[in-house]
Amino acid sequence: MGAGVGMHAIEIRQLSKTFGRGSKALDGIDLTVQRGEMVGLIGASGSGKSTLIRHISGLVIGDRGGSVSVLGETVQEDGALTPEARHVRSRIGVIFQQFNLVTRLSLLTNAVLGVLGRVPAWRGALGLFTKAERLLAMQALHQVGMAEFATQRASTLSGGQQQRGAIARALVQQAEILLADEPIASLDPKSARRVMEILSHINQAFGITVVVSLHQVDYAFAYCPRTLALRDGRIVYDGPSRALTPAFLTELYGAQSEELILPGSWGQQSEQDVDTAAPVAQPVAVGSI
Amino acid sequence: MAEVTRSDTADRAAPEVKLPPRDLKRTWGWAIGWGLFFALLIWSWEGADMRPLALVEHGDNMIRFVRGFFPPDFHDWRLYLEEMMITVQIAVWGTVLAVVCSVPLGILCSENLVPWWVYHPVRRLMDVFRAVNEMVFAMLFVVAVGLGPFAGTLALFVHTVGVLAKLFSEAVEAIDPRPVEGIRATGATSVQEIVFGVIPQVLPLWISYALYRFESNVRSATVLGIVGAGGIGQLLYEVIRGFYYDQTAAILIIIIVTVSLLDIASQRLRKLII
Repeated sequence: MGAGVGMHAIEIRQLSKTFGRGSKALDGIDLTVQRGEMVGLIGASGSGKSTLIRHISGLVIGDRGGSVSVLGETVQEDGALTPEARHVRSRIGVIFQQFNLVTRLSLLTNAVLGVLGRVPAWRGALGLFTKAERLLAMQALHQVGMAEFATQRASTLSGGQQQRGAIARALVQQAEILLADEPIASLDPKSARRVMEILSHINQAFGITVVVSLHQVDYAFAYCPRTLALRDGRIVYDGPSRALTPAFLTELYGAQSEELILPGSWGQQSEQDVDTAAPVAQPVAVGSI
Repeated sequence: MAEVTRSDTADRAAPEVKLPPRDLKRTWGWAIGWGLFFALLIWSWEGADMRPLALVEHGDNMIRFVRGFFPPDFHDWRLYLEEMMITVQIAVWGTVLAVVCSVPLGILCSENLVPWWVYHPVRRLMDVFRAVNEMVFAMLFVVAVGLGPFAGTLALFVHTVGVLAKLFSEAVEAIDPRPVEGIRATGATSVQEIVFGVIPQVLPLWISYALYRFESNVRSATVLGIVGAGGIGQLLYEVIRGFYYDQTAAILIIIIVTVSLLDIASQRLRKLII
C-alpha cells in the first residue's frame, strides 16, 4: 500500500476498445484522476461511460497499446490483465446500475463479502468470516443507514436500499477508489439523491476517490466538482462542472438533449439538490436557459 | 344525428381493418411436419410388432393371468419389506454420491464459467454416463465388484452423475451474471465467485433436481435386482419366473406404496425449500 502513496488514483494512457465489427467503444482515452477527487462522467447512451468504468476495474480488457493503472499498480496493459489485477481490484470498489448484490443472501452477508479480497482464499471460499469482519460489515451498513435491514435477504429490499447495501460492501472492502456505473439510473429521484449524498459523503469524509457515471447532467452539477464528458468513446470535455454551458450540453447529447436537460426540470432538480447537498456552487447555467 | 355519426365511424373504420393474409410458408410447414410424423408412425409399425388384435384373441388367457394376482399373498411380507428397504438404501447412496460429484462436474460443464477445452470433454464424458442405462452399468459392476447392492449403488451413481451434471450446468448457464461480477469486483478468487455468486442462485433448482433424481432412482433400483445388483428386483424376478402371481402382486403393491410415499415426501420437501 505504501508504494501507492503520492501516485495518481487513476492513470489511463491511450486506451481504446474495439468491439466486433470494428466499432470503437473507446477511442484513445487519456485520463488522470487525483486522489480524493469526485468526478462525474457524463455522455449520451452508448458514449462509452460504462465501458470506461469497466476497463478501470479490469472487468473488460482493452485493445493493445493502451494501459490503465490504479493507485500506482497496473491493472491492464497492452490488451491483457496484469498479475496484480486481482489485488488492485480489491482496492477498487465498484457500484453497478443493477446493484449486483446476491439477492438470495442477507444484506449482512453481501456486505461482509467485501473482505474477500484480503482474507486467505480458503477461508473466504468456506465463508468463515470472523466476528470482527462481521462487525465491520455492520458498521458499514450503519454508515449507509441500512443497519436495521442487515438480516433481510437482498431480494426483499428496494432498489435504493440495495444500492446502499452495495456501497456498504465497497466500504467493507476498504476500497480507496469507488467506481460507480450509473448508480442511480434505476432509482426514483429521492433514492437517487440519497445515494449521491452517500457517495459525496464517502468522498469528503474518508477521502475516497469517486468516479461516477451519470445519465442525468444535473446530478453531476450538484455533486461532482469535476466532470468528464464522453462522446463516441472520446473525452470531449474535462474540467470544472461549473463551466459546462447549456449550448455545449445540447451539442453533446444531440437528439437526446431534450430528455436529459429540459430547461424546466434542470432548474428545479438542481435547486433541490443544492438544498440537500450543496457540495458545489450553483450551476451557472440555471436561469440562463 | 346519432345515426349519421355511427355510419360515419363505420365508413372510416371499414377500409382500415383487414385480416392478415394467410402465411403460406407456415401452412405448408405444418402440413409437411404432420406428414413426416405419420410417415414415422407407419414406418415403425412393423418394427414394433404392433398386433392390437392379439389383445382380443388371447382375452380369456389374460383374464386368467390377471386373476392369478388376486388375492395378493403377503405371507412373506417381512422379507419383502426388508428388500424394499435395501432398494431405497441403494437409491439413497447412489443419489448422494452422484450429487456430490455433480456439483464440480456440473460447473465444469458450464460454458459461462469455464473455457471450451474444459467443458467440451467433460460434457462428452457426461453424455457417455447418461447414454448407458443403469441396468447395463449394473451388469458391468456385478462383474467388477460382485453380486449385491454395492454394484447397484455404483450403477445408479454413475448414471445419475451423467444426468445431474447436465441439469446442474443448465441451471448455472441460466444465472444472472451481474451478482457474480459484483463479487469479482471485490477482488474475490474464481472459486469464491462460484461459492458466493453462482451457488446461491442455483441452489433451489439444484435441490429440486437432486430430489427428482432420488425419486427416479428409487424406481430404477426396484429392477436392479434382476441382474443381481441387489434390492427387491431379485425377489420380483424369482416370483414372476415361478408363476407365483399372488406373491408378485404383494411385492408390486409394496413397491407402489413405497415409491408413492417417497414421491409425496420429496415433493413436500421441494416446496418447503424453494
